[in-house]
Amino acid sequence: MSDLLKGRSGDWELVIGLEIHAQVVAEAKLFSGAATTFGAAPNEQVSFVDAGMPGMLPVLNEACVEQAVRTGLALNAEINLQSIFARKNYFYPDMPQGYQISQYEAPIVGEGEIVIDLPDDESCTIGIERLHLEQDAGKSVHDRHPNKSYIDLNRSGVTLMEIVSKPDMRSAEQAAAYVTKMRAIMRYIGSCDGNMQEGSMRADANVSVRRPGEALGTRCEIKNLNSIRFMRQAIDYEAARQIEIIEDGGKIDQETRLFDSGKGETRSMRSKEDAHDYRYFPDPDLLPLRFEQSYVDSLKSSLPELPEAKKQRFMEAFGLSAYDASVLVAERETADYFETVAEGRDPKLAANWVISDLFGRLNRAETPVSESPVVASALGGLIDLIADGTISGRIAKDVFADMFDTGRSAFEIVEEKGLKQVSDTGALEAAVDQVMADNPDRVADYRGGNQKLVGWFMGQIMKSSGGKANPQMVNELLRKKLGSG
Amino acid sequence: MPTLTQMTLAQARDGLVGGEFSAVELTDAHIAATEAVRDLNCYILETPDAARDMALAADERRSRGEGGALNGIPLAIKDLFCTKGVQATAGSHILEGFTPPYESTITRQLWEAGAVMLGKTNLDEFAMGSSNMTSYFGPVVNPWQRTNDDAKLVPGGSSGGSASIVAARAAMAATGTDTGGSIRQPGSFCGIVGMKPTYGRCSRWGVIAFASSLDQAGPLTRTVQDSAIVLGAMAGHDPKDSTSVNVPVPDYEAALGGDLKGLKIGVPKEYRLDGTPAEIEALWEEGINWLKAAGAEIVEISLPHTKYALPAYYIVAPAEASSNLARYDGVRYGLRVEGGTPQEMYENTRGEGFGVEVKRRVLIGTYVLSAGYYDAYYLQAQRVRTRIAQDFHEAWEQVDAVLTPTTPSAAFAQGEKMDDPIAMYLNDVLTVPASMSGLPAISVPAGLSGDGLPLGLHVIGRPFDESTVFKVGQVIEEAANFTALPQLMAGGA
Repeated sequence: MSDLLKGRSGDWELVIGLEIHAQVVAEAKLFSGAATTFGAAPNEQVSFVDAGMPGMLPVLNEACVEQAVRTGLALNAEINLQSIFARKNYFYPDMPQGYQISQYEAPIVGEGEIVIDLPDDESCTIGIERLHLEQDAGKSVHDRHPNKSYIDLNRSGVTLMEIVSKPDMRSAEQAAAYVTKMRAIMRYIGSCDGNMQEGSMRADANVSVRRPGEALGTRCEIKNLNSIRFMRQAIDYEAARQIEIIEDGGKIDQETRLFDSGKGETRSMRSKEDAHDYRYFPDPDLLPLRFEQSYVDSLKSSLPELPEAKKQRFMEAFGLSAYDASVLVAERETADYFETVAEGRDPKLAANWVISDLFGRLNRAETPVSESPVVASALGGLIDLIADGTISGRIAKDVFADMFDTGRSAFEIVEEKGLKQVSDTGALEAAVDQVMADNPDRVADYRGGNQKLVGWFMGQIMKSSGGKANPQMVNELLRKKLGSG
Repeated sequence: MPTLTQMTLAQARDGLVGGEFSAVELTDAHIAATEAVRDLNCYILETPDAARDMALAADERRSRGEGGALNGIPLAIKDLFCTKGVQATAGSHILEGFTPPYESTITRQLWEAGAVMLGKTNLDEFAMGSSNMTSYFGPVVNPWQRTNDDAKLVPGGSSGGSASIVAARAAMAATGTDTGGSIRQPGSFCGIVGMKPTYGRCSRWGVIAFASSLDQAGPLTRTVQDSAIVLGAMAGHDPKDSTSVNVPVPDYEAALGGDLKGLKIGVPKEYRLDGTPAEIEALWEEGINWLKAAGAEIVEISLPHTKYALPAYYIVAPAEASSNLARYDGVRYGLRVEGGTPQEMYENTRGEGFGVEVKRRVLIGTYVLSAGYYDAYYLQAQRVRTRIAQDFHEAWEQVDAVLTPTTPSAAFAQGEKMDDPIAMYLNDVLTVPASMSGLPAISVPAGLSGDGLPLGLHVIGRPFDESTVFKVGQVIEEAANFTALPQLMAGGA
């Protein structure tokens, strides 16, 4: 793999590890019964526990534990039957307890791995270090008052999974593929909605550079990257910054940095010396979390088919290319859509229609597949009309556009607009005879050796038939009649 | 018949049931008594109006043939319990004016049992102390005085206001909390019964936290029977407290009585400390003889890690406290002292809001959890804690309960031990091991010191075996026949 970066003094290898913070899909927060809907009015979803009121105690929400275990299983990771919640102590106005309940020494999920998809049908495996459960903090709002800040505690106590990768990524592209895959996996199993705009998923990137084959360099952590695009920009900027410093004879300070998306650069937030001493210790309000292997097994047996398995199945059962298969499995809804279209039809044809025609329109309309005006069975109906010769592939494109705009079925549109392909030999013969009679010069030309003219005749007939003439039959008739002169 | 304020809770309950007097009369008598002993500074907030309303409601229930186990019984509530609509301060300036919009599980259960709230009692700030001298709202005075000496004595702590008001016959019982001895030591100092149940027996929900793994609520009463009655109403599993344990609560009162035949009582040799006053050694010896006389077999046992309990406690408890008290930051409730930045606001608020002892423990706790010190202090203390629990676990193979003195001395005067935190911490040396092991333990008044102050004996039991602890405690109570009365009580002595 040639992901090496060129510096003035030679090649550099980029080393990236990611921490993904994923908000768990659950009706209530990790340790309180308060709701978790996005977009509620400030401080509308806050229990006494979330506000850190005196004497309030956390009670673990089992639904969140289940989601963490399911996610761990989907990451092929070790599930720890005993884990411990710890307090991470620091002061911040939007963190009401003065500590965050997290997991430190004994996380609920240990080592695992996922396969990420790279261009040119390549893939590679990225290691997972751990996954743990923790509380989110609230939000400080600084721009409403000249010298006061407002606090919204709606997010306070919302459940996050922190998923820490091993430093296995070697380019921003791999990091992007990792986040994409992680998002797909969590959306498949419904443990996180992956909505980066709403903050349901965000990443911290640990970036360092080294000479190929040498020990790891000093890393910088870029915090709170909330889109894949920004993450790529931040990593690339950071890599270039670090290489420049080292090549200029400097050295990298371990520090936490922020990405400024406006300027496209990272800047220092705090140095290692200013790092908090979080004074982690087991939360005495919560007993160690213990469950049985049978609980894990039952969750495992109810997991849906995951993207990687689905991709392999699409390649094997449908003969799709790795690229097509990975595009189709990126979202569970898309894969389900494709499978409905492909059911009993030519899978490659179905894949082409879904990937190039449907996705093209959906992307332009910024519409998710779940809201597609053309449902899977309707697209299947269109493909059936092509397969049985009712319409040509060319007409089908127009019919599809009409379906997308109006939501009507292919059959209805074909009937109403009279778009049925003409496959009647008599009618086609008459059309061929007519065009030959109207253009004797060209017929002569053809017969004189200009065989390419068959295309011109074809075009004339398609034009006169409004595209409905069966092209294969016209082609055969033309060659027969022109050739027999 | 004794006066309304001198009778035991059990007597008052029976009198109410028998229609001999009303809850309103009983409550009014206690409100009057409260006024008479106001100089003891037992309350941070008296709630006489609420008390009368609650008493009236109790009488109405009674007239309908309804009412729980404590119907119409006036109680004092330690101001560490959150009480809906009534200020809760934890004895701290930082929470002054804080009125919780929720009711702690324990007080809710007490009100459901029909009890009447007289007020919120004074305590060491955030329950950190053994003298009640650390309260922002001033020290509490022990109703007992030394013979021929009218020096004001401390009631012990942290549940000093609760102990003092019950001893002064101005409340039938009070709630307390015990982290390292905060119910038992003031019980001993004030000549009353203090019971700390098994950790997990009573809900901590709505009780302002000091050290979460140790805090446990319990009753302060004048008799063992009263203690059994009140604990019965306080105990029970609470799904809102993850450390509360779901085991049935037996009828403690019904389990009282009878001799101790077949019971083995352990006497741990490690509790014979150097420098323990001879009168305390003698009282212990007397207690052993009482239990023998009641049919118990006395077994000398060893709890080898006892001497490490106190230092380990003074690491674990401050560590948890330093984190539990982080929420008092001036942002959401209680005191706020403004500053130019959030950091400055925290510093100003906490600097002004916390007293010296609280600051000392927050500093100790922060230190022992810090990077580089965690293993040597916090982790080591947790290992010690496991050993101490193991000592008891092994003891339970030999004995059914353990008998020790409650405190190494009788009540001391206000101002004594104030400049020496270690001397103050030593008050807890005999009570802390049971706290570190989560075991139920009771202090029962058993005799008087040479200068006329009450001394308690301490019975520790197996986890969730409060019944045996009460039973042994009652044998001591009967044998000791402790009838002495404090000098400063309501109605005079």
